[in-house]
This record gives sequence, structure tokens and C-alpha cells, in this order.
Amino acid sequence: MKTEKMTIVHHERIAKNIYQIRLAGALVAEMNEPGQFVHIKVTEQANPLLRRPLSLCDINKEADECTIIYRAEGAGTTLLSQKRPGEMVDVLGPLGNGFPIEAAKTGQRALLVGGGIGVPPLYELAKQLVKKGVSVTIVLGFQTKEVAFYERKFASFGETYVATVDGSYGTKGFVTDVIDTRITSFDVLYACGPKPMLKALEQKFPNKEVYLSLEERMGCGIGACFACVCRVPDSETAYKKVCSDGPVFKAGEVVL
Amino acid sequence: MNRLAVELPGLSLKNPVMPASGCFGFGREYAKLYDLNVLGAIMIKATTLEPRFGNPTPRVAETPSGMLNAIGLQNPGLEKVMEEELPWLAQYDVPIIANVAGSTMEDYVEVAKHISKAPNVHALELNISCPNVKKGGIAFGTVPEVAAELTKLVKEVSEVPVYVKLSPNVTNIVEMAKAIEAAGADGLTMINTLLGMRIDVKTAEPILANRTGGLSGPAIKPIAIRMIYEVSQAVSIPIIGMGGIQSAEDVIEFFYAGASAVAVGTANFIDPFVCPNIIAELPALLDELGFDHISECTGRSWKKGGPTVYCGA
Ligand SMILES: Cc1cc2nc3c(=O)[nH]c(=O)nc-3n(C[C@H](O)[C@H](O)[C@H](O)COP(=O)(O)OP(=O)(O)OC[C@H]3O[C@@H](n4cnc5c(N)ncnc54)[C@H](O)[C@@H]3O)c2cc1C
Ligand SMILES: Cc1cc2nc3c(=O)[nH]c(=O)nc-3n(C[C@H](O)[C@H](O)[C@H](O)COP(=O)(O)O)c2cc1C
Ligand code: FES
Repeated sequence: MKTEKMTIVHHERIAKNIYQIRLAGALVAEMNEPGQFVHIKVTEQANPLLRRPLSLCDINKEADECTIIYRAEGAGTTLLSQKRPGEMVDVLGPLGNGFPIEAAKTGQRALLVGGGIGVPPLYELAKQLVKKGVSVTIVLGFQTKEVAFYERKFASFGETYVATVDGSYGTKGFVTDVIDTRITSFDVLYACGPKPMLKALEQKFPNKEVYLSLEERMGCGIGACFACVCRVPDSETAYKKVCSDGPVFKAGEVVL
Repeated sequence: MNRLAVELPGLSLKNPVMPASGCFGFGREYAKLYDLNVLGAIMIKATTLEPRFGNPTPRVAETPSGMLNAIGLQNPGLEKVMEEELPWLAQYDVPIIANVAGSTMEDYVEVAKHISKAPNVHALELNISCPNVKKGGIAFGTVPEVAAELTKLVKEVSEVPVYVKLSPNVTNIVEMAKAIEAAGADGLTMINTLLGMRIDVKTAEPILANRTGGLSGPAIKPIAIRMIYEVSQAVSIPIIGMGGIQSAEDVIEFFYAGASAVAVGTANFIDPFVCPNIIAELPALLDELGFDHISECTGRSWKKGGPTVYCGA
């Protein structure tokens, strides 16, 4: 964990309001786990003030580059989307604990489920799992066709299904609709996306090994401010911090 | 000569810059980034008698040049702080200022009595001004008689000097400060956060689960400066100033207003190295401004018969 002014080497809009940014810098040497995130300051000014947490989507150690995919929505991400290659961004990271690769053994099958802007970290995860010899099945959920991305990139790792809420692409409905009709078996489930999706998956597979990546509003991003806590089952005072204990938790470890 | 060293009740500081309570936890996270020995002191997270979970999330919301927080004084409780956090911090040669909070006067007294016995706790900071707890907290910070009574009770049991943290959520901060000084406080720290609120335009719901929260960051700096300017002229106990500090220039501005030391809060979230950076930059800034020692800056805006306060119109 360090801060670095990383250089933007590539920046592209890949779907409606969805941007892919590639950053170069020495910090990449410290990035290892899929599901870890970086905390990005998009301006040197005091407004917008806070850093924005964004997941690592692809880590390329040979080139000292990492890729992030984000949705330009509010003030911070909109400003970020206006930056051009050659400009710098202030990055704090890598932060948090990512998806455990070791949970899936060589020869086993992993199911990767992503919703919306929860999809990006699954890319590095799929890459590392496949490299280890784990088969992957991927289910991606988006609101509409317009905001869908990376289907073909995921397809190079394994069977990939897409669901859209409005039915404009793939299966109409949610990721769980795809899972109900298409997925027969898997050993480990990894998921990242909106809380209702994570809850549905946790309830659906109570006897499976399930890892969920959570999202919470953050201050520091490193565990010091207590902004991002969630409860631990059966306790009044126990807690976990999403930024430093997570963002990936084993299902049941925290209350969703 | 150490141009940054300052002497305050209970506190021999190698420099006047310290992280503010609640913005630095108990130091463990920042210790992974730099050597905490560079800090003047550390104000630890508010400690209550029993462990507290705090408020539901979302607990933070961004605002123009600032942020709202409603953490709700989450902390592991007195026992754990005494047994785990303070002994861990003792590896550093840095005085600790323990931020004390509670729901009743008895709570405050009990925490103060015990925590002031810890060898590395050199002063207490009475948090009578947290806007995020239902009972107590701000009520203690808005009625001068109540704040004075609490100060007196804590002074009776504390083994170290007592600083009282003022709330800006009052109409007359000078009256408050005077009452607390008269009750025996050794110093003041100011300001805590300002009560604020944000509402989501799409859902019409408050962004914070607690609905309201405390505003901090650069947005509150002018308010902190004005309040320190007023209070420092009305009391003779020292002030540790805070509210939106981000740079060495900000530190000097707080000193000019009347502070004798400063704390940095929210800025730690934006730049985790902000405290060591400010400390490193101060000597060059003193040169530039023509001061030998930082304490020459305290109260400069009013001591040399500076401009009078502009009251509108
Ligand atoms: C661990 C983690 C990983 C993430 N990874 C990605 C990613 O890879 N791609 C991506 O597009 N998004 C990701 N997000 C969500 C992303 O952080 C928010 O969309 C982003 O902060 C919104 O900033 P803004 O400037 O668009 O919105 P604004 O409305 O201007 O944001 C205001 C404040 O609220 C916070 N905030 C708003 N929405 C969210 C949210 N959903 N989650 C957390 N904080 C929020 C912002 O950080 C900021 O502090 C991740 C969030 C977390 C916690
Ligand atoms: C996330 C957060 C948590 C805080 N927790 C405490 C606390 O536990 N006790 C306290 O006295 N002040 C607390 N504060 C207030 C700060 O110590 C400080 O007074 C205030 O934020 C103004 O300084 P700043 O603008 O530099 O942050 C907290 C502030 C923030 C932002
Ligand atoms: S964001 Fe500060 S503790 Fe997690």
C-alpha cells in the first residue's frame, strides 16, 4: 500500500457511461489479488474532496500496467472520464483483500457472477483461475444492452452468459435467472455486484463455498475511519471493515 | 533550537501537528505507511466505557470541499483501548491525547479516571461535541453550565491535563469557552464538526443512514479560523486548532488566529501522508515568513492590533 501518481496510458469509453482506463506505474508491482481495489483522487483541488474506490480489473506486471473499468456517474468519476492519456492520477493502493484463488483447486469449476460495475474485478479473477487450471463459468448481469461490456473478453476464459434486466440482450432478467436455467454444477462461487444480487446468491447456495465482494461508501479506504463497517452475525458490537477486512468476504462472514 | 517544538499543559511536542481524533483510528493503519514518531502527538479515536458499534451505513457523504460523517463513536471500549491499543502505541515516542466520550457524566468520569492512568496518555480531550450520538454528545457541548459541570467532574479524577473539545454548533462559542476555562480546563481543542445533511436527488432520501452528520474538511476552515480568533482573545488557556487543515499554510493561518498547536482530520483520508508532509514543509515556510519559532505565530492576527472583525453591512 502506497500512493503514486500513475500515468494514464489508455482511456476509452467501452459502453454507455462505462470507461476503461489503463494506468502505468511502479505500484503495479504490489498488485496481486483480483478483487483488490485502488483509491483514486481525480483532482488536486478540494472538490470533489474524497478518493473514489475502484477495483482492479486487469493486472499486467510485465508492462507495469493495470486496467480499471468504471461508470462515469457522479462528480468524481465524471471528472476522471475527462482525463487524457499522458495525464496523471493520484492512486492509493492496492487496498483490501481480494478473492481467494486458493479456494478453487486445479480441475475444479468456479462460477463467477458479476452485476453491473461489479463485473470488472472478475476479469483478473477469471484470468488467474484459468491460469491455475480451474474451469470457469461466467454470468454477467446488466441493466440494458447499452451498458453491457466485456462479454467477449470473458468468453475467452470460459462459458459466458449475459442477462439484462430489460431483456435487450441475452436472458431477460437477473443473473439468478441465468443460473436457474443454465448452470448445473460448480465447486466455488465468486460474486461482485449490488447487494440484492449478493443476498440472493448467498441464500441460493447455503451449502456451497461462496465469496462475495461488497461495496460501501468510504472515507480513508485503509481501515482508520470506521466509515465502511458491516455487522458480523450474532453480535451487537462485532464488525468488519469493507475496506481493510474485505471487500471480499466468505458468505456468512458478515451480515449483508 | 527546534523551531517547531511547543510546550502545552501535559504536552511537550516536538512539533505542533497531530492527527485529529476519529481520523486516524489508533494509528495502526498509518503506521504501515510512515514512522509515527514524526508526529507531534496523536489524538486517538473517541473511547467510551463500553464497546460501541455506531450508526448504520452509509456513514459518510461527500459535500462541496467537505464531507459529512455519522460514524456514531464506534470504538472497542475502554478495556480494549487500555489493554491493546495504548500499549501498542507505547512503542512510539509520541504523546497520546485520549478522546473521551460518553452518554452520561458518570461515563465520562469513569473513562477519564482510567484512561488518564495509561503511561503514554499525556492529556485528555473531552469530546462534548459529537453531533452523531442520540444521547449526550452534543447536549454536553451546547449548554455552558453542563459543559462546565462535566469539565469540573473530569478534572477531579484525571491524572493528566484536560482539554475540552468545543462544538461549533452553538450561537456563542466565547461564552462556552469561558465557562469551560472557569471550570478548570487546561486547554481547548476546536472545532468539532458542524451538523449538516445531504439528500439524494433521485430518491429524496437522506444520504446518511443517520440522516444528519458532522461536516468536516476544507469547507469548515473559515468557521474554525473565526471561532479560534474569537475564543483565543477571550481565554488564556491554549487552543489546539482544527477544521479543514490540508497544508503548512493552513497551519500558519490557524496559529495566526490564535492556536498553539493543530490537528489534521479529514485530510488524512485524501493524502495519508499529509501530517508528515506538513511537518516537513513548516520550517521553510517559517523562513519565508521571517519567523524563528512557530510559537511567534500564535495570535498574530490580533496581537499586533490587526484588523477588527467584520460584522457585515
Ligand atoms: C471496493 C469497491 C470497489 C469498487 N469498484 C468499482 C469498479 O471497479 N468500477 C466502478 O465503476 N465502480 C466501482 N465501485 C463503486 C465506485 O466507487 C462508485 O461508483 C464511485 O465512488 C462513485 O463516485 P462518483 O464520483 O461517480 O459519485 P458521487 O455521487 O460524486 O460520489 C459521492 C461519494 O459517494 C461515494 N459513492 C457513491 N456511490 C458509491 C458506491 N456505489 N460505492 C461506494 N462509494 C460510492 C463516492 O466514492 C464519493 O465519496 C467500487 C466501490 C467499492 C467500495
Ligand atoms: C470520520 C470522522 C470521525 C471523527 N471522529 C471523532 C471522534 O471520535 N471524536 C472527536 O472528538 N472528533 C471526531 N471527529 C472530528 C475531528 O476530530 C475534527 O474535529 C473535525 O473533523 C474537523 O477537522 P478536519 O476538518 O480536519 O477533519 C471525526 C471526524 C471525522 C471526519
Ligand atoms: S473507509 Fe475508512 S475504515 Fe474503511
